[in-house]
Amino acid sequence: MSQRTLELEVLRYDPEQDSEPHFQQYSVPCREDWAILDALNYVKENLDTTLSYRWSCHMMVCGSCGMMINGEPVLTCKTFVRDLPDTVRVEPLANFPIERDLVVVLDDVMEKLQRAQLWIIRQDPPPVDHEFTQSRGALQKFKQYTMCINCMCCYAACPQYALDKEFIGPAVLALAHRYNRDSRDQGQSERLNTLADHDGVWQCSFVGACSEVCPKHVDPAAAIQQMKVDGAIEWWKQRLPGSKR
Amino acid sequence: MTIARKAVVWGLFAAGGTVSAFLLPAVIALFLLVASGRVPPGLHYASAHAFAAGVIGKAFLFVVISLALWHAAHRLRVVFHDFGVRLDKTVARAVYAVAAIGTLLTAFYLYSIH
Amino acid sequence: MSRQPYVRPVSRTTWYMRHGRYRRYMLREVTCLLVAFYTGLMIWGLAALAGDSPVGWERFLAAQQNPVMIAVHASALIYYLVYMTFDWFKLAPKAMAVQVGERVLPDRAIVFGHYAAWVVLTLLVFWLTGVF
Repeated sequence: MSQRTLELEVLRYDPEQDSEPHFQQYSVPCREDWAILDALNYVKENLDTTLSYRWSCHMMVCGSCGMMINGEPVLTCKTFVRDLPDTVRVEPLANFPIERDLVVVLDDVMEKLQRAQLWIIRQDPPPVDHEFTQSRGALQKFKQYTMCINCMCCYAACPQYALDKEFIGPAVLALAHRYNRDSRDQGQSERLNTLADHDGVWQCSFVGACSEVCPKHVDPAAAIQQMKVDGAIEWWKQRLPGSKR
Repeated sequence: MTIARKAVVWGLFAAGGTVSAFLLPAVIALFLLVASGRVPPGLHYASAHAFAAGVIGKAFLFVVISLALWHAAHRLRVVFHDFGVRLDKTVARAVYAVAAIGTLLTAFYLYSIH
Repeated sequence: MSRQPYVRPVSRTTWYMRHGRYRRYMLREVTCLLVAFYTGLMIWGLAALAGDSPVGWERFLAAQQNPVMIAVHASALIYYLVYMTFDWFKLAPKAMAVQVGERVLPDRAIVFGHYAAWVVLTLLVFWLTGVF
């Protein structure tokens, strides 16, 4: 198999020594079937053991290896060297504080994931004498939004999140929509009170970058627009006589 | 936490955007025709006035113009934010005030057409 | 071990220059200025009609006849079609999940429906105003 030498420009940052990040160059001999993650592993194993980065499954299901490759937020296990030019700029996921090297601080998103109540909310108890069935048609309504692997590439692409960290953001809203559209769930009103608040859906201006970069084709932009419609209708519903907020 | 009032403006924005997307190109095309001196017969005084004097005409013109105004107002608010202007409350009040004035003017002029 | 997370600065005023998709987004957003402009023109026209005399309306029509305005309207038409109408139609399916039984309607069906409705409405407006 032929080899190709890639010049990696990797953003380095040591919180104990550096006042700001700087680029470091590595020449990596790559096999043609490699993903850029393999090139990073080569650097760590052979050139510079101090390089820090997150990765795990190497098969696009864990969401750990999100980084900026030539300015695009991608999963490094899903981005192949055959699709990249000879010089590759590797940076940590945009719009997040850098912890160290290519590792970002995800505390903000972790807090938002909890705030969104991403579980089945029911007032009525589930059936006890038979299975709680859900038809294929009912599953189709929300299945695509279950595909989110929390890689946060969408946050790296979203300019509204870049400008205002209060924005709840694409992944959390798409995941909430997954529950709002689940036939077993009865918590849409409750969730909308949080997610259609001023930091929620209305901050989105439908740039659509999130859906363009999502490696699992979740289409968070669609989820958010549908949640805006839900929120608008819910606002009026809550003001009908006899309704409770 | 409660659903923000932005829900209302967004609804107007979406409705206005739909109306504008479908109808504004035709409106611009009509202005283009008039500007080049080729006024279509339906835009001469008699037919234009007759249309605007009728209930259907009034309702149609009011809905189209006011929804388009609210669409433009809300989007302009977002544009200011996107260009880095950080006075959202002030901008919002200003753009929605203009939309409200435009809506009132539209209603007033339509009402005055007999 | 001490933590000192580094926050990369983002320019509030020039962030959209960093990628083609952001530049195209801004070009779409500023179509609101065209909407404001044409609703302004329409309100001016209504004011002219409200005089209840043909003179006011004829004066309004005459005021539109201007070579500069021809260029303005022609460019506005193309810009608005590309950056608003066609883009709005492309994005419309996202806001509506139309499901028939188990299958979701494909996006292109909704987009096609929008174009069809647009053609019909435009022809209707032209026919009602006597363009043909």
